[in-house]
Amino acid sequence: MESLFIEGTAKTPAVRFDGDQGLIEIKGRSIPENSIEFYKPLVDWLEKYTNTPKSQTKVNIQLEYFNTSSSKCILDVFKKLETIHKSNNEVAINWYYEEDDEDMLEAGEDYESIIRIPFKMIEIV
Amino acid sequence: MSFNVNDFYLKLNIKDVLLSYKGNISSDVINKVLESIEKKLSTDSEDRKIRKKLYNVLVESLQNLYHHVEDLPLGTAEGVDDTKFGILVISKTENGYKITTGNFITSRKIKPLKDKIDKINSLTQDELKDMYKFILNHQKLTAKGGGGLGLVDIARKTGNKLEYSFQNVSDEYYFFNLDIYVS
Repeated sequence: MESLFIEGTAKTPAVRFDGDQGLIEIKGRSIPENSIEFYKPLVDWLEKYTNTPKSQTKVNIQLEYFNTSSSKCILDVFKKLETIHKSNNEVAINWYYEEDDEDMLEAGEDYESIIRIPFKMIEIV
Repeated sequence: MSFNVNDFYLKLNIKDVLLSYKGNISSDVINKVLESIEKKLSTDSEDRKIRKKLYNVLVESLQNLYHHVEDLPLGTAEGVDDTKFGILVISKTENGYKITTGNFITSRKIKPLKDKIDKINSLTQDELKDMYKFILNHQKLTAKGGGGLGLVDIARKTGNKLEYSFQNVSDEYYFFNLDIYVS
């Protein structure tokens, strides 16, 4: 399937969704006033990907900041990944956070407890 | 004496102010405020942890203003010419920062807002975490992208109580003031 690449801006993250590689990456800042518009193509892409996922999907989430408007859309992204996981495909989620950023670590733990796929928490030093 | 927003704003601008703004709250204004505060903080010797917290909380408080600011009929409040009027003052405190926001709201919105803040203020950190996760998982975003999580997130990240007041402006309108301490 076609890949989805979006360049990062001051308020929206860089996106790299590569279906052939089974690679899902979101990096940077996610603080738009209205996140629905930005995340809709991401969730749509994942919806398609859930039909023919790779047996192994690698997910890298590396956010510097995200606002509460984005937090719901990010949960939608994770819910699609949960669907893939439930259909017996491997989904490895890496949640990156900056050194000492306990808020970002906790945010990862919140998602992990909601979607029930183990996260690998990686501190960037 | 009746409440005057310009007097209120002037009083906030006395000590250790990093940035202050009053006027129309738009996406463009938010971008400029964030850009300017980020520049200021990067030259400060403040440690990264508190800088990041301040930035995070500032994003939420500005976007709360943006999502909740109501169209104010002209002539409702003395000296206010913007229909989407709000104020923002960021100042330095002894052990951190204070973010003050203010906007006009209709009187019928006072009770639900007051109840929400009082509820948030009554919760422990663990209870706030549960509330955040519950809203995250169960409540839909509004068309404007608001999710009802902003104040919960602010209380959780700062670990401090939200301070607020409502000042009567006219029969129908009040000025809502919120003080957030980041330390």
